Amino acid sequence: MRHEIQLQVGPVGFRVGSHWRAPIEALRGLYEGYPVPEACDFTVRLEAEKPWRRWLRPSVAIHGDYMLPDAAPLPLAQGLLAAEMGMNLQMALGQKRYLLLHASSVEKDGRALLMTGHSGSGKSTLAAILGERGWRLMGDEFALLDLADGRLHAFPRAVSLKNGAISVVAGITDETRLGPLLVGTPKGSIRHLRPRADALARMAEPAVPALILFPRFGRDLAAAVRPVGAAEVFMRLTQASTNYVALGEAGFAGLARLVHAVPARAIDYPDTEAALALVAELWKEPA
Amino acid sequence: MSAARLLVRALRDPADVLDLDAAGWTALLAAARAESLIGSLAHRLEGQPVPKRVARLLEDVRRDYAYARTQALWEAEMARRALAPTGVPVILLKGTAYVAAGLAAGQGRSIGDLDILVPRERLDAVEQALLAAGWEWVKPDAYDDLYYRRWMHELPPLMHQTRDRMIDVHHTILPLTARPRPDAAAMIAESIELVNGLRILGPEDMVIHAVAHLFADGDLAGGLRNLWDLDRLLRAFSAEDAFWDRLGERAERHQLRRPVARALRLARRLYGTPVDVQLAGRRRLSDRLFEARLLARNGWGQATRKGLRLAFYIRSHWLRMPPLMLARHLLVKASR
Repeated sequence: MRHEIQLQVGPVGFRVGSHWRAPIEALRGLYEGYPVPEACDFTVRLEAEKPWRRWLRPSVAIHGDYMLPDAAPLPLAQGLLAAEMGMNLQMALGQKRYLLLHASSVEKDGRALLMTGHSGSGKSTLAAILGERGWRLMGDEFALLDLADGRLHAFPRAVSLKNGAISVVAGITDETRLGPLLVGTPKGSIRHLRPRADALARMAEPAVPALILFPRFGRDLAAAVRPVGAAEVFMRLTQASTNYVALGEAGFAGLARLVHAVPARAIDYPDTEAALALVAELWKEPA
Repeated sequence: MSAARLLVRALRDPADVLDLDAAGWTALLAAARAESLIGSLAHRLEGQPVPKRVARLLEDVRRDYAYARTQALWEAEMARRALAPTGVPVILLKGTAYVAAGLAAGQGRSIGDLDILVPRERLDAVEQALLAAGWEWVKPDAYDDLYYRRWMHELPPLMHQTRDRMIDVHHTILPLTARPRPDAAAMIAESIELVNGLRILGPEDMVIHAVAHLFADGDLAGGLRNLWDLDRLLRAFSAEDAFWDRLGERAERHQLRRPVARALRLARRLYGTPVDVQLAGRRRLSDRLFEARLLARNGWGQATRKGLRLAFYIRSHWLRMPPLMLARHLLVKASR
């Protein structure tokens, strides 16, 4: 591969190679300050599907150690997104050390707040905002549950802000930590946010999960909190996990332990201020 | 050096790669993943003083493969139960057979589908029993279906509706259109029963099936892994008296003497496998092409040597069917 970058994110080392310079340069900008891994857990390759597509209407196919046969290529202008998707794919298909939860997580005083829900529920936005307001951002795409000791490991990749969330977060952070605006992606407009320096500096520090939230965003919703039964929490988390089945009994035991030990709530919120107030209130309650 | 060659060295003698730098390890692991040999590599490197991060990664791989092994054995048990009413013995092939028999070839072996061998005249009963037990067709295309049934050595693949696992039901070990005609009935007759009622091929037939799979039936994709299977099998079986004589006779009977000879030469050359010199025969010029094809993988896990790959791909079709039939087959495939 002509162009290459190696990144250590939490406990995972990535190597991303590309036929083109641009995606690697974009990664370099976004992941400035991330350490270089001792050895790489996963390889991502951004390559032309057909030789001529390297120059002619360049199109980036996402390959690597683990691949999906029917993953559609992206135009070169969205090379950064392709790299991000490539890293996610390696984790989703190849990571077997941790139970992966499609969730965002933030930390305070060694205790972690885990947020999961459907796309559009606002979990990324909430995590990004909390990360700007005194919490340590542990991650946006994946939370890594250690099956041996039940702790969460940080995986602070760049936060992927979509559509409406872009302006909300851009308003409260400094421009230098934002990546290029990617328009017309399969998920609309996307802009990445580099986590704050403390999130990078402390990314090797795990935290004990203390609260699970299932946020739901809607402009017409009234702010509300509901308890969620253990069985429902368990089912929702299996659905939020990309490798629960692949981990077998260890995955079941790890997830059961998390559900037993950690309280969970569903919250509805009409705007971020309301959400922050709910989080602050719930965080004060004794576990 | 190609990363595939590095992988071969690591499998052959783990001590040979312990002084790799970080980039070397990354290349080795990527090539091993691409060749589906990461599990075997993790097994070979167990207990060796590898860098801490590599050790951790290989430990994850070993745990993952232990689970895959359980899953493969469970799938075999499901097939046994499904076919029990038919009275047809289930003979396990390839990876599942290796793990079921506790052979070294099964250690860290990646196992995708469940491959079984049944007598051809019982195919209908087997098919009905599997469909009744929840397996369903994967290829709905009528041409493919007919093609499989008329010319292939197996039924069209079936997938279980809830477990999402594929089963390949073989009635012999090469397509019916191929020139060699292995004696499937003899293989079945001399299969060996395991304690749980499942069966595996006898040692010589197991080796010959691995050879057929490697050289007579495909374009050598996954060839390094198949050759590694052979290395493990031959090291285990050749300790027995007169194994090589029996292997030679059996190869003759299945009309696969030349592929067996080539497999022995390449296994010795790449993995240092102890082989019978007589049976292996003299090194041929074409061996070099096979070796180059087997090693066509770089440290990014990418396939290299496109031209050579294409040549082997064409060869695989050439071996599978006579020219006219091949032309017609390709025409149908192309017109889709």
